[in-house]
Amino acid sequence: MMMALLRRLGQTVFVLFGISALVFLVFFATPGADPTARIAGRNASPQTMEKVRQEYGFDRPLPVQYATMMKKLFITQDLASYVDRGELVVPEIARAAPVTVSLVCGAALIWVVLSIAMGTIAAALKGTWIDRGLMMLGLIGISMPVFWLGQVANLITQSRYHDTWLFSWVPGLGYVPLTENPWGWFKALVIPWIVLAVMFIGIYSRVLRADLVALSGEDFMRTARAKGLSPTRILLRHGLRTSMVTFVSLFGLDFAQLVGGGALLTEVVFGLPGVGRLTYQALTNLDLPLIMATVMYSAVFVVLANAVVDILYLFLDPRVRDAR
Amino acid sequence: MPAEIAPPMTAPLLDVRDLCVSFPSRGRMIPIVEHVSFTLGERDILGLVGESGSGKSVTAMALMGLIDSPGVQITGSALFRGQELVGMPQKQLRRLRGREIAMIFQDPMTAFTPVYTIGWQIDEQIRAHERLSRKQARARTVELLAEMGVPDPARTADRYPHQLSGGLRQRAMIAMALSCNPSLLIADEPTTALDVTVQAQILDLIRSLRSTYGSSVLLITHDMGVVAETCDTTLVLYSGRVAETGPTEVLFAHPGHPYTAALLASIPPLDGPRPHRLPAIAGAPPAPLERPAGCAFAPRCTYVHDTCLPAPPPPLVPTGYDPLAAPQDDATAQVSAAAPSTQPVQFAACVLPAEGTPLPPRLTYSELSAGDEADATGFPPSSFAAGEPH
Repeated sequence: MMMALLRRLGQTVFVLFGISALVFLVFFATPGADPTARIAGRNASPQTMEKVRQEYGFDRPLPVQYATMMKKLFITQDLASYVDRGELVVPEIARAAPVTVSLVCGAALIWVVLSIAMGTIAAALKGTWIDRGLMMLGLIGISMPVFWLGQVANLITQSRYHDTWLFSWVPGLGYVPLTENPWGWFKALVIPWIVLAVMFIGIYSRVLRADLVALSGEDFMRTARAKGLSPTRILLRHGLRTSMVTFVSLFGLDFAQLVGGGALLTEVVFGLPGVGRLTYQALTNLDLPLIMATVMYSAVFVVLANAVVDILYLFLDPRVRDAR
Repeated sequence: MPAEIAPPMTAPLLDVRDLCVSFPSRGRMIPIVEHVSFTLGERDILGLVGESGSGKSVTAMALMGLIDSPGVQITGSALFRGQELVGMPQKQLRRLRGREIAMIFQDPMTAFTPVYTIGWQIDEQIRAHERLSRKQARARTVELLAEMGVPDPARTADRYPHQLSGGLRQRAMIAMALSCNPSLLIADEPTTALDVTVQAQILDLIRSLRSTYGSSVLLITHDMGVVAETCDTTLVLYSGRVAETGPTEVLFAHPGHPYTAALLASIPPLDGPRPHRLPAIAGAPPAPLERPAGCAFAPRCTYVHDTCLPAPPPPLVPTGYDPLAAPQDDATAQVSAAAPSTQPVQFAACVLPAEGTPLPPRLTYSELSAGDEADATGFPPSSFAAGEPH
């Protein structure tokens, strides 16, 4: 077990190295473009250009440049954005991360609970109108783009019906830290949560239903019925428990990419200062240090989440446990 | 449908009459099992033999009420201890399943839920039918596993299905099936996925169940050797219809149906000159929709003639009498005027006996029985005799 974890850690470090090298090469070693000018920004003075070149070592060989960049990112953490007048990049991400984590965790909770409920009910009532209705709802959820749904939600709750009893509690766009005001945090996030979760509820409930229906033809489900168990017990303890293996691997990847900045559209629409919005700003301003930092942050999350999913597998599937 | 219920003391454990199962397909009903009838007494082992697709498993699944495809039609009657199984509501069936009628499946690897330990799954069945604490259930589980010849049962109970060998898994499966002391055990090809030595051990175990647990067994198989070794009575299914039925010794000695005879002829002989090629039955069984109007076996039968072809399929006619009641002579054990006083025990769905030209007894019978007197079932198993343990 310890050995497996260590090996997994080694793999994680290796993957992170690969990603960072790749991102570095794409942004800083593209032939024909001087990274100094890009970091310093448009119309920078020659003094600034010289300072940047010194600081990042752009007059030295590539491996040194890479090492300097990594040192600035992870060790001294003094990577600064010149576009944004010397704003330090790493603390900026550290401030944005809790917002994204709050948004994604809440949405994940909603989508996991609802999709399991919908998928299981649909599979149990396979072929009935309830099944068809739930799956239709899921399809509608998948088909609605999150930015459109977000705008519609804003339109309804912020302007059109804001003065009615139903939506008068909705606060203005923006984020309230959990530590400051938990109730305000909840009120500010509940609509973004739902909007972000809608598509995933659709996908997950359909996947889960399909999985459960496929499992119902398995030999062990027949054994469970031959044992004289109740249909509910067969569906939940034997079917759903086995489907969780697929469900978790899907969830791990989606969750990681969202925390890593994939919730960009939701964050922008609802004015939440999360990592996604930070990436969005960095891209519009072509703020290279910030792009570098957000991409690395996102990569770390995806890779870590994968590692967590692998470890969860060990608990969920005894067959995997022994294969290691 | 004969529905008269005999007094429970004399009634067989399971009495199946005219069982038909049809599945809908493209607007038509496809008959998979047609008019299958048999009885199974207490502590009897009945072998249901047939090729793949002959309706063996469907028959068993219909008895357990496990067929739930939409539109399926099950008619006829199956009385289990006087209770009608056909059309019994699921809720009532659930109480019988696992407790009164248990089932063992072909592939023990896929028959266990992969994410739970063996012990957990056996406990689950016990606790589904009896009010026992977790601890008591586990104690029974370990005891059962030990009785099934599982080494180190307490630790095996804590292992996952994939960690056990095929033989151990099948033993665990049997332990699970027996956990509530069922009076009927349906074994659907329990040895097909196992190698021959383990096969023989599992068959020994199944044979011993009737003395230790008093269970009757309905053994489904496609292996004549398994039948010869294990079953008291044999029922040969061909293309969803009963081809022949009778006590195993009688049926193996004097097959009344050309299909049975051909099946037996394809078993490699143990002594005598080695045949260059084993006889095989030419062709393949008909698809359920293309089943001939007359005898389903007619297209492949060497004895086929005009009377075989028109509908309806030939009915079961008596072809053999109880060899213990009749004089021990091959000639009189066959249908003849010499033995009208005893009850017929063997029936074949063939026109030949009625036409007065029954099949000749198997030539090897006397040699076989002479060489193996002590064995109750009487016949050296065919394909895996070499793998017999002890």
